[in-house]
Amino acid sequence: MLKLHSCLFIFCILAMHINTQAQKIDLFAETGTSVTTDVTTSIFKTTRIVNGQSIENVGAGVLDFRILHRFGPISQGGYNLFGLDQATMRLGLDYGITKKLMIGIGRSTFEKQYDAFVKYKIVSQQVGQHNFPLSISYVGTSIYKSINDLSLTYQPYTSDRFSFAHQILFARKFNDQFSLQITPTLLHYNIVENRTLPNDFYSLGIGFRQKISKRVNITTEYFYRINKLDGYYDPLSVGVDIETGGHVFQLHVSNSTGMTERTFINETTGSWAKGDLRFGFNISRVFTLRKPKELRNIKW
Amino acid sequence: MKKIIISTAFIMISILTVNVLDAQKVYATKTGQIFFNATGGLEKIAAVNNQVDSKFVDATGQIIFGVLIKGFKFQNQLMEDHFNENYMESTQFPKADFKGYILNIKEVNFTKDGEYPIQVEGALSIHGVSQKVSTKGTLSLKQGKASIEGDFSVKIKDYGIKGLYLGEKIANDAVIKLNCQY
Repeated sequence: MLKLHSCLFIFCILAMHINTQAQKIDLFAETGTSVTTDVTTSIFKTTRIVNGQSIENVGAGVLDFRILHRFGPISQGGYNLFGLDQATMRLGLDYGITKKLMIGIGRSTFEKQYDAFVKYKIVSQQVGQHNFPLSISYVGTSIYKSINDLSLTYQPYTSDRFSFAHQILFARKFNDQFSLQITPTLLHYNIVENRTLPNDFYSLGIGFRQKISKRVNITTEYFYRINKLDGYYDPLSVGVDIETGGHVFQLHVSNSTGMTERTFINETTGSWAKGDLRFGFNISRVFTLRKPKELRNIKW
Repeated sequence: MKKIIISTAFIMISILTVNVLDAQKVYATKTGQIFFNATGGLEKIAAVNNQVDSKFVDATGQIIFGVLIKGFKFQNQLMEDHFNENYMESTQFPKADFKGYILNIKEVNFTKDGEYPIQVEGALSIHGVSQKVSTKGTLSLKQGKASIEGDFSVKIKDYGIKGLYLGEKIANDAVIKLNCQY
């Protein structure tokens, strides 16, 4: 009986010892507390690659004022200051409704076009708990040509002035330096010049961004037209993105003049082979209209 | 038989006492708040992160904080992009953390509500660089719930963070404020 008693006593001491051992907590020894998902950001530097839409959205509650300029052909020479005497432009306002949804409107001097678009991010590239290799967005643009075409022998309906573009953007950031985007595009004209022409045109865009330094990136964009409108060329643009505080400047050389999807993809008049290149630039300035909700209740 | 009962009782009591004497409670949160202000010019350069992961042990005073750099929210999306890509390089250095001790943890009476001033010392690691940090804070207890508040300032350059606007639009020192409810 006594033996049992002492056994129990020893056991009890042991238990005490084990107990204290088990309770020594070392927070520093804990590794990788929780697995999180890292959503890839800044695939491109701004919402356009050069002319075409990029995978990026403006942030929720942010208004982006964009001024786009396209000059005349460089080949005009010194008399027209290499095309700088002529300019077409587009003024636009883009707004981020949510993180994933943005809308925009614009007015171009070319054909007095009005355009409006909606861009929705379907899925984001991410690693961690959830993995997805690509970001995918949809962009729908409608373009209204308000110029009065005097050569027409009939009075056009309002609907005749509309054309549309539907694009699915597939983009991937391979590393901090390089991102690539593939853009299948469908363009629809409500009216075309004659019966033999289709109303729908298909094209495939490809664009990339290569980082040069922290604030400078090279961008290139090309659209391959699958069914072509005669007399026009595939657009190819090469640009430099320069960032300063609240601005992004995009300077580029391109063979297209238009700044709306229909115009630059399908109706590019210049040819790189013939040297019909033009300078152009985009300026973007962002304004925060609505603060993120995390920041609303904070007194600084 | 009586002896067995006594000894069992003794075992129970001893285990209990051990637990009471050596009890270490871990206080933890995943929704702590941290914000920093590095305004150097007219434009406000400040951000908040509401997903601070923090734990501390009442017996030893050991304390840790962890935060994802991409979780910082700015007023302006473009600023947030620049913060992540140009300054913090957050794909390369996704996390910042602090590992240290509450030096005067013995002065905190965890059974009594109140506000206790604390002195914290440890290693703060940002942008892959670790630096020693020492600061004061407040530990508040209210009905068994603990919360810690504190602020300190860091020299941005000490952490190997470089950028065009440092010392101009962005201040050289960032003021960091922290508020964790455990």
